[in-house]
Amino acid sequence: MTEQMTGAQALVRALEHVGVDTVFGIPGGAILPAYDPLYDSTKVRHVLVRHEQGAGHAAQGYAQATGKVGVCMATSGPGATNLVTPIADAYMDSVPLVAITGQVPSGAIGTDAFQEADISGITMPITKHNFLITDAADIPRTIVEAFHIASTGRPGPVLVDISKDALQATTTFQWPVVMQLPGYRPVTRPHSKQIREAAKLIAEAKRPVLYVGGGVHKAGASPELLEFAELTGIPVITTLMARGTFPDSHSQHLGMPGMHGSVAAVGALQKSDLIIGLGVRFDDRVTGELSSFAPYAKVVHADIDPAEISKNRHADVPIVGDCKEVIAELIAAVRSDGRKGDYAEWWAQLNAYRETYPLGYDQFEDGSLAPQYVMERLSAIVGPDAIYTAGVGQHQMWAAQFIGYEKPGTFINSGGAGTMGFAVPAAMGAKMGRPDATVWAVDGDGCFQMTNQELATCVIEGVPIKIAIINNGNLGMVRQWQTLFYNERYSNTDLQTVRRIPDFVKLAEAYGCVGLRCERPEDVDAAIEKAMEINDVPVVIDFVVHQDAMVWPMVAAGTSNDDIKFARDMAPVWDSED
Amino acid sequence: MSRHTLSVLVENKPGVLARVAALFSRRGFNIDSLAVGPTEHEDISRMTIVVNVEELPLEQVTKQLNKLVNVLKIVELDPAQSVQRELTLIKVRADADNRSSVLELVNLFRARCVDVASDAVTIEVTGTPDKLEAFIKVLEPFGIKELVQSGMVAIGRGARSITDRSLRALDRTA
Repeated sequence: MTEQMTGAQALVRALEHVGVDTVFGIPGGAILPAYDPLYDSTKVRHVLVRHEQGAGHAAQGYAQATGKVGVCMATSGPGATNLVTPIADAYMDSVPLVAITGQVPSGAIGTDAFQEADISGITMPITKHNFLITDAADIPRTIVEAFHIASTGRPGPVLVDISKDALQATTTFQWPVVMQLPGYRPVTRPHSKQIREAAKLIAEAKRPVLYVGGGVHKAGASPELLEFAELTGIPVITTLMARGTFPDSHSQHLGMPGMHGSVAAVGALQKSDLIIGLGVRFDDRVTGELSSFAPYAKVVHADIDPAEISKNRHADVPIVGDCKEVIAELIAAVRSDGRKGDYAEWWAQLNAYRETYPLGYDQFEDGSLAPQYVMERLSAIVGPDAIYTAGVGQHQMWAAQFIGYEKPGTFINSGGAGTMGFAVPAAMGAKMGRPDATVWAVDGDGCFQMTNQELATCVIEGVPIKIAIINNGNLGMVRQWQTLFYNERYSNTDLQTVRRIPDFVKLAEAYGCVGLRCERPEDVDAAIEKAMEINDVPVVIDFVVHQDAMVWPMVAAGTSNDDIKFARDMAPVWDSED
Repeated sequence: MSRHTLSVLVENKPGVLARVAALFSRRGFNIDSLAVGPTEHEDISRMTIVVNVEELPLEQVTKQLNKLVNVLKIVELDPAQSVQRELTLIKVRADADNRSSVLELVNLFRARCVDVASDAVTIEVTGTPDKLEAFIKVLEPFGIKELVQSGMVAIGRGARSITDRSLRALDRTA
């Protein structure tokens, strides 16, 4: 197919051809030519957001809810730099994202022109790859390459910066195009020798544990994981990025590892003699002090990114490959090996941890609301079919701990980058990608004040998300650290939102949403149920909670996982015979 | 710490040098020496990068480099199995009285005199870093006025070429 058209038309046509149905963005000078043909597109819906950061996070939410590539668009200069945070976030959490930005005309590049920013230079360390297009003829091929790179191998963000003159120039549109990526060859097929080696270690291990990360969900490998876990009887822990990848209700699930992980999950890693890491990166929030992490364990580490293997922790058996193929081959190898591990003693030890140190929290005697209780009720009333998003901080950890996840991809949050303000735009994107699903954003009062302007977008575009603000009047996680490590000197963490500045109910109403407030435990169910009944506009519930609630368990930053506390100054006793 | 010589074949595209250099600095590595230039194939450039790191961080930086989309191939060249050369231009004080002493050293080191003025000569010398270091040391007493040095370039010994397979990859996509 060959046709004469402008670069801008070629861009929109290419987006249609690669299957894009939703683009989040804001127009401006340099990208303006692209918005003209976009206006006519019947296949691509452009969602006008209120801030480019919202466009980026919405695209991330869309991508994670659908498994497709999320797309955001912005103009040059400040439009593009406002995308930097979501691009960095997508890079850390391996979210497939294509960001399209306008650039000043090619003749003006480098002259400090109006709204010029070197966005390809700025995003070099936070993108999987990026492109600067100054020739209209390169647009279709580059778009195909960008989507290919973003969605294959280890997914990630790709930025396509297009100069205004390239958008305006006339070119010959040809389809299909041939990609020119000779240096890009992701390995998905695991090496069979490594698989056999892993199966041998599994059969010989006495205390193995499956350490499951976001890579398993991204590979769509939940069914394989379930089969593998049940075949071997090995305990499973799911990281923050993998919540729901293995059902929380399954008897082999021990919870989340890491700084705020369950005692059983952290203990399982520390005491194990074999860690089978699947789609994980041994992040510092999981390992704690690296030198004392899992001291008795051999490590089988499978990941699609070779650079993750042995980056932080040496892998005795490195496996490069897509987790779906890796786990399927591990199942076959374990079957053909025929030996079955005896983990009875190991399970007795782990069950003791589970029973002695379950997740828990204190209710407040003054009758005020415990945030964890809100999560428990949300989980019970809304259930595991919904998609939950979270911002970053205490509320995020409580959402990870106290909501029961049964299905992959039902918890979308900012794990690696820890971007406050992620929840509302991500929920909007998730809901647009999965309109059938109930989408709840669990947000903090600090986070909510960073990105709540996207509620305007939600109302106007008809995106009825539900938002649970866990309002403790503070930057709660920072305050928790001040309580524990800075002698209760609360420097600049008091947001005073309990004084109703702003009044979140009125703010919600100002946007055209329904605003509800809940301050007592006995009103929680009614508030959630009411929100569940409203499906035409977004609902915001201001849950005013006690400011002293803390996230437990906790491994203090830089300390050993062995020193986990399940409550303030309360350390578990690891070995009952001691 | 030990010195490692990496030969990196990259697509000849704008910004590739910036990507490679930025990756080293972002991951906390210092580049001792860097040389970039064309190869026998117009679509491929070759970087020779010398880094001073331990074995494990070297593996990590190599893996990270391999992830750059424009990087086609990385080969570590063993000094014993490769020819490694740097080029240095040195402007040394030399007048009628001591010029012949300087020229004697130039001959001993198989260097070349490329410019002469009444009170200075400019010398071109190529060789391994060790040889250049030794040469500079013997010139120092005369007074080095100016010195400029290239990055190291290196090529494996024997008949095999590291570019062959990368060329085939390029052909497939063309």
